[in-house]
Amino acid sequence: MSLATLQVDEQGKLRHLLSTEGLSEPLLTEILDNAESFLPVTEGAVKKVPLLRGKTVVNLFFEPSTRTRTTFELAAKRLSADVINIDAASSSTTKGESLLDTLKTLESMQVNMFVIRHGVSGAAQFFAEQAAPGVAILNAGDGRHAHPTQALLDMLTIRRHRPDFDQLKVAIVGDILHSRVARSDVHALQTLGVKDIRLVGPRTLVPQSLSSLDVEVVHDLRAGLRDVDVVMLLRLQHERMDGQLLPGGSAFFNSFGLTARTLDYAKPDALVMHPGPINRGVEIAPDLAYGERSLVLEQVSHGIAVRMAVMAMTIGTQSAALQASREARA
Amino acid sequence: MTTELPPIESILQAMQAGIAEQLGDAQDALMIGIHSGGYWLAQHLHAKLGLQTPLGGLDISFYRDDFSRIGLHPQVQPSDLPCSPDGRTVVLVDDVLFTGRTIRAAMNELFDFGRPARIVLAVLIDRGGRELPIAADVAGAHVDAPPKDWQVKLSGPEPLALTVITPKAPA
Repeated sequence: MSLATLQVDEQGKLRHLLSTEGLSEPLLTEILDNAESFLPVTEGAVKKVPLLRGKTVVNLFFEPSTRTRTTFELAAKRLSADVINIDAASSSTTKGESLLDTLKTLESMQVNMFVIRHGVSGAAQFFAEQAAPGVAILNAGDGRHAHPTQALLDMLTIRRHRPDFDQLKVAIVGDILHSRVARSDVHALQTLGVKDIRLVGPRTLVPQSLSSLDVEVVHDLRAGLRDVDVVMLLRLQHERMDGQLLPGGSAFFNSFGLTARTLDYAKPDALVMHPGPINRGVEIAPDLAYGERSLVLEQVSHGIAVRMAVMAMTIGTQSAALQASREARA
Repeated sequence: MTTELPPIESILQAMQAGIAEQLGDAQDALMIGIHSGGYWLAQHLHAKLGLQTPLGGLDISFYRDDFSRIGLHPQVQPSDLPCSPDGRTVVLVDDVLFTGRTIRAAMNELFDFGRPARIVLAVLIDRGGRELPIAADVAGAHVDAPPKDWQVKLSGPEPLALTVITPKAPA
């Protein structure tokens, strides 16, 4: 079954969230709208709603992550779900069977949702294909493939400032080759109607072959930033670079680091985004990172609302399906 | 088959008078409308009654008891209270009182914001059919227990209009 059909049910409702690729515009917009209505819950007098009371969410992380895991945990807790965190090392076992064993064992403990991060591309899809009917799978990052909730929170952040997606020029800067965030962002931006997307970075990290994504590949920062409305920086993934792709962080900063001077090539009110954690003085000058045009901290709080929306939608879809099958049997 | 309802203007006047009587001299009463119909009504009543505290709105989608049956309700509005309900008289406004489940959810949500001194429930139409022990303090009009498959619907916000939708008789 293809990824796009796997993540929706027969009625077109969100069943799992695996990728922004193939996620329809109405569904993507519905997620953003729901996230919008969860924002007051994350900011306001009430920090918790009882929507997922009695549901159990397992964070199953085969790769280390503090930020992403924490925001998923907070999102689940603000929906009143019970949360279990499992740190599983991916290297210790042979993949196929042991993954399935892990899933089946945890499923039998009446878990309603798995939030999965894994170093291998396609891992989330594998889990979704094997999951029982009442279980939802959320992809929290699989290899170089996808990181859909990060892309969705980026879309929410952009939409709150620049809602006219079809007018936007967007530059994504940095290590595109190893970035699941970049891929998910590109798919989401295109679904929402952005026509001018530039992928900017050195040839080793932004190969020409990426133009097959229907985007412009640019190897010069100034040219890439010219007249853009949004600058999306990526983290330089030291741990993901096997070969000699880069001479070092400071060399990258000299050519592709965002500074007040290079940002001048973008539109005067251009927005600056970064998924975090920031390597200060590598991707961005320290004074810009939390400057007035930076949306970095806003992205973090939007991340909780987006994850609440996706959790509520998928568990809701699963529960409704389960209820319907129970009623059919009765 | 139709059912006779008084014109909406006179129902609204009856609601307004009923709320004024309930409130007495509680000048700092906090009026809260339940999205969507109840909020439209509350906007109208809040202006007519000249209440000092700004109007609040509740969307009960996150507190519904049918989430595990039908999933998340589409188009959720943010809940927005201008101040804490702590120690205040709260006027909760909704369009149609039927099973009482919406009001149950609204009261649960309200208590997550604070502890009101008193809640006055004001509805446009009380159509009977309660499944929970909940009663309106003010009802603009009563429709005596119409069949379950009838719908009493408020459309709005401008103009506010009431319709009763009856299922077609089987051919």
